[in-house]
Amino acid sequence: MYFTSIPFIAFLCLTLLVYYILPRRARWVLLLAASLGFYAFSGWDNLCYMAFVILSSYAAGCFIQKTNDQTKAYLAEHKDLPREEKKAYRAAQKRKSTAWLVTAMLLNFGVLAAVKILALPQIGGIFTDYVMPMGISFFTFRTMGYLIDVYRGKHPAQCNLAKLALFTSFFPAVIQGPISRYDSLSKTLFEGTGFSLDVFGKGAERIIWGYFKKLVIADRLLVMVGTLTGTPGEYEGLYTLLSIVIYAAALYCDFTGGIDITIGIGETMGITQEENFLSPFRSLNIFDYWRRWHITMGTWFKDYIFYPISVARPMMKLTKWCKKHLGDKTARRVPVYIATLVTWFATGIWHGASWNFIAWGIANALVIVASQELQPLYQKFHLRFPKMKGKGYDSFQIIRTFILMSFIRAFDIYPGVIGTLKQLSTIFWKPSPAKFIAGGLTSLGLDTAGLIAAAAGLAIVIASSFIKKRPPAIVFALLVIAILIFGVYGLGFDAAQFIYNRF
Amino acid sequence: MKKWAAAITAIAVTIASLWFLTRLLEPKYTTRPVEGALTGEYYDQSGYNDVLIIGDCEVYENISPITLWREYGISSYIRGSSQQLVWQSYYLLEEALKYDKPKVVVWSVLAMVYDTPQKEAYNRMTIDGMRLSPLKWANVQASALPQEEKLSYVFPLLRYHDRWQELTKDDFRYIFRRPQVSVAGYMMRSDSLGSGRIPDPPRLADYTFGDTAWLYLEKMRQLCEKENIRFVLLKAPSLYPPWYAEYNQQIADYAAKHNLAYYNALEEQEAIGLDWQTDTYDGGLHLNLSGSEKCAAWLGEKLTASGDIPDRRSDSKYTEIWQKNEAAYDALAATQAEELRTEGKVETIMIGEIPQ
Repeated sequence: MYFTSIPFIAFLCLTLLVYYILPRRARWVLLLAASLGFYAFSGWDNLCYMAFVILSSYAAGCFIQKTNDQTKAYLAEHKDLPREEKKAYRAAQKRKSTAWLVTAMLLNFGVLAAVKILALPQIGGIFTDYVMPMGISFFTFRTMGYLIDVYRGKHPAQCNLAKLALFTSFFPAVIQGPISRYDSLSKTLFEGTGFSLDVFGKGAERIIWGYFKKLVIADRLLVMVGTLTGTPGEYEGLYTLLSIVIYAAALYCDFTGGIDITIGIGETMGITQEENFLSPFRSLNIFDYWRRWHITMGTWFKDYIFYPISVARPMMKLTKWCKKHLGDKTARRVPVYIATLVTWFATGIWHGASWNFIAWGIANALVIVASQELQPLYQKFHLRFPKMKGKGYDSFQIIRTFILMSFIRAFDIYPGVIGTLKQLSTIFWKPSPAKFIAGGLTSLGLDTAGLIAAAAGLAIVIASSFIKKRPPAIVFALLVIAILIFGVYGLGFDAAQFIYNRF
Repeated sequence: MKKWAAAITAIAVTIASLWFLTRLLEPKYTTRPVEGALTGEYYDQSGYNDVLIIGDCEVYENISPITLWREYGISSYIRGSSQQLVWQSYYLLEEALKYDKPKVVVWSVLAMVYDTPQKEAYNRMTIDGMRLSPLKWANVQASALPQEEKLSYVFPLLRYHDRWQELTKDDFRYIFRRPQVSVAGYMMRSDSLGSGRIPDPPRLADYTFGDTAWLYLEKMRQLCEKENIRFVLLKAPSLYPPWYAEYNQQIADYAAKHNLAYYNALEEQEAIGLDWQTDTYDGGLHLNLSGSEKCAAWLGEKLTASGDIPDRRSDSKYTEIWQKNEAAYDALAATQAEELRTEGKVETIMIGEIPQ
């Protein structure tokens, strides 16, 4: 049941209606039933994966919590114990918790890795009908984040199995995030807030906005991307540049559209989820970009992979060794750079077990490391040219970052690492402007009317990003009409699934 | 309060705009195929029909209701549509019985050869014009192809939203009122294209009609029986598609089993007086004006033989309607005759197109 399907919209309306009819304390139960029902639509067997994640996290979380409580109680009872004995007791208890955490993580990430490998086309010959469970990466990461936070004592474990099941399966976020944190989402998820027209309206507006981005813009642009990348040999040079730029716009509208729908649905029920985007195409550099794009994924990898690796015991030893043999500056950088590489390698793998995604991750890491290495050079440049600041320079940085990230994103749309690099190289070595001008845009799968609709939609999205005030309700009425008339849906169209559903 | 007012206004504007846009974007069927307008046109003349003729192009092009009226005083209506399937006939009949109390229902049996939905375009032309009701929804359920979105029959904008790229003057002209296409459901063609040599039809591996077709035929029969309506089976005259002897036998057996009348015009071509060189406009697939008048005269005689259909020619309630129908029919026939004389071909095929 896609977000863009009529059954989903009917399902959502019915859920909202019943949600507000039920007494507040019972609303989360409805959400659980709706979430499991929604996920069951993707296949009953997929529910088994989700059940495994829920049950294993429940068992591990509750055991860790029990161990933490035991530790506190024991130490409170035995205040007069020698410090060494207290430390030894704490360490023994910590080992127990660690064992549970590691076991749960190995099992869950093991299942995730297995399903990703089974979904590889190379394995397709063996498991011909295998389809990766929808959104498995998202709900596995969300729940593992919860477990790590319980282990770290950031919040207590949720020892109500049904509530943990809702946190894992919450239907708007189950297929493409955001990867919410338990302490943040749980504040409103189980609460069942009262109806407020203002809050409901904001949520509904956001849902409409999301559908507009997805159906009017993204699905149209993806037709062009499909043409441009389907036979890459025919669309080289400037067409490749066009392809990566259009893909940037399409992916933005697709992913942010989906997240708008997700967050909007939550808002209509008074449930607050974390933001996943913050005007990413206004980023001044790659660091800024990753603070603004897929924020919840970025913070997940930062909190649960980057920082733990940076401060891990072997890394500390390496830092010491570097300090002794290579100096302070190098010693400060080495652990950060290694953690960066490992984190981005993992991020690449998270997107898919393919060389393209690994190359995508490594490319991000290399640009980040290179940017850090070039920092002194930038500083010298600004000292030499102090007037190189302000809006003009900011615009240059924004365009530079957009193009850079578009190049990196090419690994997502072209086949093979070498194939992608070759395709990108044609932008410089054989731009073929004459062919580009002669071919025009109408040969790329969209007719003139389709191109105008997509361009007008993009213009509205760009213009809206400069408007800070909440538009009047009538604007959203017009957006609904625009979606229904200009949206890519129904017979004769193949409304695409959200790109991030496949992760 | 202000917020509620804004929200209600926005919702009202949206609904009103969507209604208007639906009217604008729906196909008007003012250019070929105009048959898509037939289903909706029925409601304009419902409530006066003693005979309902249900089926596909074999009825709405082969039987002239004006001849039935002029020669026998039968007030009839052809509830036809392109490639109307058996279950579609059933639901159209069931719906029509809410508006009419006919004495006789005539059903074209050619549809028995189809046991599954065929094409979205035909589904649309048959169902779109139905008024919203549980029967329309049941028809959609029975007819929709797997790739079709059933809800789009209730909210046609979901299907036709993309027509904004192909709107014509007619779409704006006929937003609120549609031009009349037929005379009592009959589509007139006055031109002739005689039949050439019809090749022998291919032999089939299996001539048995499908279970779904039988099921809905039986439902039609039972419905008529329940409503005390005489149910008549008709194979209208056409040279193609082939009506095999095996098909004919199955229908004849069914009719005999349930004591129904079954008129096979193919077996009575001489009695009808059909000439396949002058009475068809497309080489034998459909009859033209002269052919349909001959066929109607033959059918009227059969139908009135039992004496249960009243002659309404002296009933002012009916004559008023039929005078209008006759005027429209004669005007269209005259227009087509003039076009044939001056241009050698028929251009005007619907009543609404007749130059004033």
